[in-house]
Amino acid sequence: MIGAGVRRSVQYKKQNVKKSLVFLILFLGSIVLLIPLWWMISTSLKSPEEIMQYPPAFFPKGFHFSNYIEAWKTGDFTRWSLNTLLIAVVNTIGNVFVNAFIAYGFAQVRFKGRNALFVLVLSTMLIPGFVTMVPQYVLFSKLGWVNTYLPLIVPAFLGSAFNIFLIRQFMMTIPKDIIEAATIDGASHFRIWWSIAMPLVKPALITVAIFSFTGAWNDLLGPLLYLSDEKLYTLQLGLQTFKGSVQTQWNYLMAMSVMVLIPTLLIFFLFQQYFIKGSNISAGMKE
Amino acid sequence: MEKVTAGQVDTRMPSIPLSTKQKRAQAQSASSIKWKRNLTGYVFILPWLIGFVGLTAGPLVFSLFASFTDYNITSKMNFIGLENYKRMFTLDDMFWTALWNTLYYVIFSVPLTTAGAIMIAVLLNQKVIGMKVFRTIYYLPSILSGVAVYFLWMQMLSPSTGLVNQFLHLVGIEGPSWLFDPHWTKPALILMKMWSVGGGMLLYLGRMQGISPSLYEAADLDGASGPQKFFHITLPMITPIIFFDIITSTIGSFQIFQEAYVMTQNGQGGPGNSLLFYNLHMWNNAFKSFDMGYASAMAWFLFIIIMVLTFINLKAGKKWVYYDGGDDK
Repeated sequence: MIGAGVRRSVQYKKQNVKKSLVFLILFLGSIVLLIPLWWMISTSLKSPEEIMQYPPAFFPKGFHFSNYIEAWKTGDFTRWSLNTLLIAVVNTIGNVFVNAFIAYGFAQVRFKGRNALFVLVLSTMLIPGFVTMVPQYVLFSKLGWVNTYLPLIVPAFLGSAFNIFLIRQFMMTIPKDIIEAATIDGASHFRIWWSIAMPLVKPALITVAIFSFTGAWNDLLGPLLYLSDEKLYTLQLGLQTFKGSVQTQWNYLMAMSVMVLIPTLLIFFLFQQYFIKGSNISAGMKE
Repeated sequence: MEKVTAGQVDTRMPSIPLSTKQKRAQAQSASSIKWKRNLTGYVFILPWLIGFVGLTAGPLVFSLFASFTDYNITSKMNFIGLENYKRMFTLDDMFWTALWNTLYYVIFSVPLTTAGAIMIAVLLNQKVIGMKVFRTIYYLPSILSGVAVYFLWMQMLSPSTGLVNQFLHLVGIEGPSWLFDPHWTKPALILMKMWSVGGGMLLYLGRMQGISPSLYEAADLDGASGPQKFFHITLPMITPIIFFDIITSTIGSFQIFQEAYVMTQNGQGGPGNSLLFYNLHMWNNAFKSFDMGYASAMAWFLFIIIMVLTFINLKAGKKWVYYDGGDDK
């Protein structure tokens, strides 16, 4: 009896040592991961002299918030923010509603060739985007869409494999009885999609909305390829050209970077659970 | 599966014996219902069908065709046979540089990020105080992307005023010039990539939390050590995720572009062309010199490489991926 108790307490102590060690590693790791973010903020608040100073200081001497205003003035950042917002919002609307529509078809309507087509949807995820980029550019330029937002917006209304998959996973879980009952009551599939399925898969829709919004907000490739008129620039494109005009004025560069990252950070902290949900669903993909 | 669906119709039919006429009417309405259902299904997936034909399948066929021509978007296309491929393999030195740079990046970044994600997931799967906060912190960098993050790392890796070299200096190491030294540019990008390893971590963590505790309890009774439990329980159980992660991150890493474009002078390829990645070279050919036929040939070669690698992954996966079919249906 006593022996067992001692053994248990030894094991308990061992457990505690292990837990403390894990905690310590995680804590140090967290600091390493957060330092770059701190460094960005710290640099953004430094005076021009402090930027050049060697060795660099970890904390800024004073808070030069004016860097933010100065940096904002070096380009047409107000216009670029509004442009980006517009593209991101339209992309989000397209992605949420169109992919939910397609996903309903794959989840709840039995039609000929459904399974084969769904495999095709999934396999498009394996096609590298760069392979279709040149012909897509040719197509959009023949349509006269270069230097407009259409190439950045229209594809969002034509479905994307990952989002279809994600919403379909949720739509599959809607009980058959509910759908059947609605059918007997004379509701069409379109009606069922809108008034029954959509409200039931809201978490998936929010996840798709978040990924679409942040994806469009942070996209450089599309704007870089299709937009040449400075008035049409997005923030990412503006920021990229901004690099050339301020050279190594890191305080300005970092101030702009902080401002561009703020919306993503806000969304992350507000909707954290949905980010995690999205990642977990994609883990289900290998099934 | 498809045939059973007729049952849906039957539920509405009365179970009184039917006359021939009624039977015919039923058969007719069943086939018209089936037809209508097919139509409904296709209406639902129509947006995807349009996108697939217009933005994926069509472009794939077009670029295959263009790869055998001297297409340059303005003039007409002249068929030049395998000329583009010949140029790619024998005349264009930069092609091999770009391919090598990309392979280097893939070979190091894929295993490192996979192993890193698993390690962090194991740590975050323990029960210690503040776990929720830790999970948030480790995941956070992976949601930050775009030009701002590249700027941040350009500053972090700045040879004289950057924080990385400052830290190395503290521990007595003379840090390299990172983005200015051809030998260190690619490790610099891999380091940056490691910062956001938490994105993949979440997948592993989700899977680990699905492993039945009884497996570990049984191992405890047998006196298994921590590493033994990891290698004999955790690792086999997460192989489906490793498999999925390797396939997707290989495809992703092959397409590295934005980092190199932003972190070098306007996509010139960096010092000694050390950051001239495959897609950067393709981009320069397609959209700087408008050599679209050649760029299409490059695109198709990349496509084939990725297809072959994915195929090998899928085949090899059958040998080492463990499907328990247990906890998730």
